[in-house]
Amino acid sequence: MKKKTHRGQPRIFRDPKAGPISRVLPLLPLQPVLRRIVRHVAKIHPELFERLESGANKTFLINAKGVPFLLVLKPDPANPTLVARSRHDEIQYDVLVSGKFSTLLQMIDSKTDSDALFFNRDILITGDTEAILLLRNALDDMDTTLADDVATAFGPLAKPLRASINMANRITGARA
Amino acid sequence: MTQLEKPELVCPAGTPASLRTAVDAGADAVYCGFKGPTNARNFSGLNFTKAELTESVKYAHERDAMVLAAINSFPTAGRTDLWKKSVDDAVELGLDAVIIADIGMAQYVAREHPEQRLHLSVQAGASSPEAINYYVEQFGVKRVVLPRILTVAEIKRVHDAIDCEIEAFVFGNIGMMAEGRCSLTNYVTGVSTNMDGVCSPASHVEYEPDEEENLTTRLGEFAIDCISCGETAGYPTICKGRYDTAIKKNYYAFEEPISLNLTRLLPDLIKAGVTALKIEGRQRSRAYIRSVVSSFREAIDAYAIGEEPDISQLIALTEGGKETEGAFKSKTWR
Repeated sequence: MKKKTHRGQPRIFRDPKAGPISRVLPLLPLQPVLRRIVRHVAKIHPELFERLESGANKTFLINAKGVPFLLVLKPDPANPTLVARSRHDEIQYDVLVSGKFSTLLQMIDSKTDSDALFFNRDILITGDTEAILLLRNALDDMDTTLADDVATAFGPLAKPLRASINMANRITGARA
Repeated sequence: MTQLEKPELVCPAGTPASLRTAVDAGADAVYCGFKGPTNARNFSGLNFTKAELTESVKYAHERDAMVLAAINSFPTAGRTDLWKKSVDDAVELGLDAVIIADIGMAQYVAREHPEQRLHLSVQAGASSPEAINYYVEQFGVKRVVLPRILTVAEIKRVHDAIDCEIEAFVFGNIGMMAEGRCSLTNYVTGVSTNMDGVCSPASHVEYEPDEEENLTTRLGEFAIDCISCGETAGYPTICKGRYDTAIKKNYYAFEEPISLNLTRLLPDLIKAGVTALKIEGRQRSRAYIRSVVSSFREAIDAYAIGEEPDISQLIALTEGGKETEGAFKSKTWR
């Protein structure tokens, strides 16, 4: 079956299931934490950008099921950003990755195989397939885990932050 | 159960971290490729620069593991210099073998680097004693990686008629196509599996879910599958797609998403004369490599002391959640 596709075109995400919590949730306090994480990871893993190639110019929308907000990652080596966005926003993206928070975290930390997650439909990828493959392979070549990097980014504050991540992991893992 | 000789465990790596993971998980040898079209896993974000391979070889050799260079795609006219440079670099970096598919590159290695150990890639498609012995006699090939089309009994007969070692795939991707001859990707995308080193390039793949999370897979302009919500998925390759044909609707006309798993046949393969057991999957993650390599390490070690290994965890890593012993068990497998 032949069909014209959207390949290479930015897409717009609208969450039809956005709940009321998402509308009132204040995201402002979260932004500096995310900014610090992404800049720290970029600083200690410069090799990440060599594997990212053209993926560095793409917008990755992360839809962690059960989490009341979305994450938007732009891994531009000159200015990498990770921003939380309301589920009521319309968001332009190149790649959308959806799955349980716990699953996505395991994938980022290479605790579980992303191909197997895809085969088993535990994650869903839409949009620029090449960009997500570049990001997956770049992340997979890192020896440290996100938890390790959070620890080095926040020093004494890392412990409560990791506890928060673990709690979110448990809650969303059970709910999603 | 009787005790068996331990074969060499040959494992994949697409990145330096994967290579270290494979070595740490018990690989005897790791195979990998340079960035670019000179190897048959030229996927986005994968493979090694010369500097990365230098460090990786050092890491492996310090732990008594070998590193094999896969230079196993076919150069087209006017592009042979890139393949020759890859061979030269592999030799310079001290790789333990180069794995070649193209007959011209085999000649180049034999002429320019006669001391370099040479393996014949599965991509060469050499499955008869006549073909294999030709490579052995002409180019000094020391090992052949057999195509996944022979039964264990046939492997034994080949072993008895050739003058080199045999390496056999035991886990991972399996297709119906003649190895090194498949042109399906080329037909649809213009990119060649065999000459550009990439089957179903990600730049041409698209997944489109509907509101109920049924997933349409496209390669180029063609829909090659529509996976219902709850169904397992496979790689976006034409040979694993579902089609409407004259005899049947919506079925896997070539092959269903499935992985090769020969754990139960390992004793038979070893008795048939297989020297090295190969795991497919340079495109897979470190998590896959850690799990599969350690499972096979345990399986080989268990068989070596006459015990039955536990291999139950491997099914979770298979394509489509299914496994097969393929043609190794029977020619009627499909």
